[in-house]
Amino acid sequence: MRLYAVAVYGFLYLPIAIIALFSFSAGRSASSMQGFSTEWYARALNNPFVMEALWTSLKVAFFSALLATVAGTMAALSLTGMKGRLRAFFDVLVQIAVMIPGVVIGIATLIALVTLFDLINPWLEIAMGKRLSLGMGSLIGLHGMFTMSLVVLLVRGRLENLDRAQIEASNDLGASPLGTFVQVTLPQIAPAILAGFLLAFTFSFDDFIMAFFVAGSETTLPIYIFSSIRRGVTPEINAIGTMVMVASLTLLIIAQVLLRPGSSRTKG
Amino acid sequence: MAMTQSRARGLLLTPAALWYAGLLLFPLSVVLIFSFGERNPIGGYAPGFTLEQYANLPARFAAFRNTLTLAPLGTVAALLIAYPLAYYLAVRVSPRWKTMLLILVIVPFWTSILIRSYAWIFLLGGNGIPAMLETFGLGDIRLINTPFAVLVGIVYGYLPLMVFPIYVALEKLDKSLLEAAADLGTPPWRSFLQITLPLSMPGVLTGSMLVFILLTGEFLIPAILGGGKVFFVGNALVDLFLQSRNWAFGSAVAVALIVIMLIVVALYSRAVKRFGASRDDAGLM
Repeated sequence: MRLYAVAVYGFLYLPIAIIALFSFSAGRSASSMQGFSTEWYARALNNPFVMEALWTSLKVAFFSALLATVAGTMAALSLTGMKGRLRAFFDVLVQIAVMIPGVVIGIATLIALVTLFDLINPWLEIAMGKRLSLGMGSLIGLHGMFTMSLVVLLVRGRLENLDRAQIEASNDLGASPLGTFVQVTLPQIAPAILAGFLLAFTFSFDDFIMAFFVAGSETTLPIYIFSSIRRGVTPEINAIGTMVMVASLTLLIIAQVLLRPGSSRTKG
Repeated sequence: MAMTQSRARGLLLTPAALWYAGLLLFPLSVVLIFSFGERNPIGGYAPGFTLEQYANLPARFAAFRNTLTLAPLGTVAALLIAYPLAYYLAVRVSPRWKTMLLILVIVPFWTSILIRSYAWIFLLGGNGIPAMLETFGLGDIRLINTPFAVLVGIVYGYLPLMVFPIYVALEKLDKSLLEAAADLGTPPWRSFLQITLPLSMPGVLTGSMLVFILLTGEFLIPAILGGGKVFFVGNALVDLFLQSRNWAFGSAVAVALIVIMLIVVALYSRAVKRFGASRDDAGLM
């Protein structure tokens, strides 16, 4: 049994380890280990295309996660305790958003926005001398739409497990609804909100498929990596991949620690 | 008071509602409308109302066939690998290590599937597993760019999604049932088949549904490990929209894919009613 578990963990982590190992190779071949060097890391970090893609990815991930966390938390607060048709409708929307394949929603958004922009751009040009196009806005918008759904699920889960008695006690003692929210509710859901932000950030930072369609002329890091793999694997890509993995692993472990039971100190 | 409360609820919900309206419902409606349209000779979409695109779906038969064979195969393979691990984590591991080991299962799922799949190019490529097999006298085995490579990739990619719901179901299982069975002289394999397995069915169903749904929409793994030879519906969609620019037909393919998923979800809800399951996928996040 134990041996089996070790084997499965090996299966899960071996590919990650291989990339990390090869990234320190001194040779030119991406798929073998020849000597040891950190040359490829230096090269990746000095590649202006990589740095620009990284910067784009970081901006998209930060702003989409921030907006998704705010809108998602607000929606979760609104939905908790709500009944009736609106609630049922919203639950379906969240489910669709989570389940719909990235390739479908990516393409759908692409053709919808291109069609819309073709319609309104002539008018916009006359009125303001501006044109709308795909790019940073559509990247942030689409990533945020998906990750907002994750935030709703996470925060609502935490809200539904809150101790109602504490909120009622706070109200009975004369605290205003806002006071109760800030002093009682918020500290208890804060770990879920923060974890939601980190997951949203990681998702956006790692996403290739949605970004691929709506990026317009922007290049995110996964798009850069994908097109490089198409041209052939290089040790430089191994180095970039390793750095991306280490960054997301760190954020994820923090998110997981925040989410596990008992991580909310105020819960007692 | 009730009035202001419902107003507050409405205000809190507005940003999310607008977001879904603009970037979920609007794009999906466009795809639905376009699927009844015609192809513009210069590429793109021409208005119309015809079922021609749907009648033409068999033109992409290979993509649907690949998806609908490899997705169930991948789901079953992931289930067979995940169940013993979930059982081990839920029943055998001491609480001290449990959290740590669970995090280790979930974390790969959230890291870049692009980079994790790409790693298999090394493992399945000429210098990887085939070279190892050759030392055992099994020469000239090609793994990369085959259906097998895609299968390995999808099982690897979605295994964590299967482990978690099964783990949750097994964790909840009342251990005293097993003790009672043992006291009554039931052999372990029988109490597994008659108690553990039926009671873990909700987790099995949820895990299988999640993995299957995600597999039917997969694009990256076939693109990276299938080398253009093993393609899914997702790959056909990319080709239709970006290469051939046949938006109307592409939309019909997308709608067909969504319909397949809805059927799977409907089957799942029926099965869940039979087993009295609850959805336990929230723990994945």
